[in-house]
Amino acid sequence: MRTVAVVGASLAGLSAARSLRKQGFDGRLVVIGDELHRPYDRPPLSKEFLSGTLGEAELALETEGEDLAAEWLLGARATGLDHTARTVRLADGREVRADGFVIATGAVARTLPGSAGLAGVHTLRTLDDARALRDELARGGRLVVIGGGFIGAEVASTAHTLGLDVTVVEAAPTPLAGPLGAAMGAVVSGLHADHGVRLLCGVGVKGLSGGHRVDAVLLDDGRSIPADIVVVGIGASPCVGWLEGSGIALDNGVKCGADGRTSLAGLVAVGDCANWYDPRAGHHRRVEHWTGARERPDAAVATLLAGGAVEPVVPRPPYFWSDQYGVRIQFAGHAAEADTITVEAGAADDRDVLAVYRRDGRPVAVLGMNQPRLFMRARKQLAATTA
Amino acid sequence: MIPACRLADLPRGEALRLDVDPPVSVFHTDDGEVFAIDDTCTHQDASLADGWLEGCEVECPLHASKFDLRTGAVDSPPAKLPVRTHEVVVDNDMIYVRLSTEAPNLPPCISARLAGGPA
Repeated sequence: MRTVAVVGASLAGLSAARSLRKQGFDGRLVVIGDELHRPYDRPPLSKEFLSGTLGEAELALETEGEDLAAEWLLGARATGLDHTARTVRLADGREVRADGFVIATGAVARTLPGSAGLAGVHTLRTLDDARALRDELARGGRLVVIGGGFIGAEVASTAHTLGLDVTVVEAAPTPLAGPLGAAMGAVVSGLHADHGVRLLCGVGVKGLSGGHRVDAVLLDDGRSIPADIVVVGIGASPCVGWLEGSGIALDNGVKCGADGRTSLAGLVAVGDCANWYDPRAGHHRRVEHWTGARERPDAAVATLLAGGAVEPVVPRPPYFWSDQYGVRIQFAGHAAEADTITVEAGAADDRDVLAVYRRDGRPVAVLGMNQPRLFMRARKQLAATTA
Repeated sequence: MIPACRLADLPRGEALRLDVDPPVSVFHTDDGEVFAIDDTCTHQDASLADGWLEGCEVECPLHASKFDLRTGAVDSPPAKLPVRTHEVVVDNDMIYVRLSTEAPNLPPCISARLAGGPA
């Protein structure tokens, strides 16, 4: 393999480029990114960067002096893949030919239909999104966050700290019920009320009102919530439209084996755009966590370089964290598998808790709020029992 | 040199946080070696004594950066700077730490606090 192209220049793409060099690939390495920025860290965009405590320089993922001997094509969006010719087409008409490809094009924030062109309406995914939102939040006013998931909750928490009047609207009866289960979703989303942020659940959004600029969020039940700024945090869709027609199997992202291989030889996929097979669960699971984007490229690159002849390693249970209202939230495993949840330390009402999720008495997930020490022990135990 | 604890009181696979400023943690690896490094992750305020110890590496309890106990080097983001390592002497079943005189790489939030700015 003489040339490898990594399509995507965020955490998963950078991690793949690093893995390639670490695993001895010394050929030509091309990294293609649709944003103009060098790889940067996204988690602070809804927290420290948005609040102004962390600057742009500190978001850089590359270390000072780091040189992967790669050609960086930034501001270059991939628009197509020709597997037979082994080329990726770019929006500006250029083509990149390579023997192997790592697909790491990530995901894009979902938008609210009919919100395009209305000033004051934001999504939060990229550095440019975060700059724009930070500048608006600095002016203060009433913020309505649509979606009570992690991005929405973190933005609400940051905006509350900045002194804005904040309302969160969530269509489901309980926020975070998917990732945490309903019981613990209620505990974590209770942080909003603890801090005087309004949380409206079980009500959908009918639309937005305003002329040039948004002035209210209209709810399905007829209510109208006045808003100077709206953040839409309703999830993300994998960026795989550019692969349609290439022959690669797509199903909720790029369909991958347990080692990152795709349906096409010489192509692996990692990060938010990749729907890996989970051998423990017996089905595919697209994991949109920072840690997955950081850890899985190692395995995918090994697959790519070995031509698929490596034994896949069992990945650690998925892990993610969130910081809201000064509370450190950590979660590992799969909540949906649990039949019981036990509080093993602290108390849910105090938002200072360690909860273990079990199925048939066996741990399948663990949640910590402000319990990093106990959480790490429980997470290690979980990894040992699920390996 | 400052006394940490008796070797017998720090089982293998465990860590002890020393309440010096900035804090230092002492690790007893599964292979029986003892190391001391700065306790605070260079990325964010987290205690590495609470981290995932495997071989000669400890993973920060919050995110995914791993620090080499022998050199202090960090393997991957989000942390970018190494932690300091401190000399360890085990004498007569007692662990002692000789603190490094280098400047520590503290995370931005703590550096700001020490400088009197907002945390």
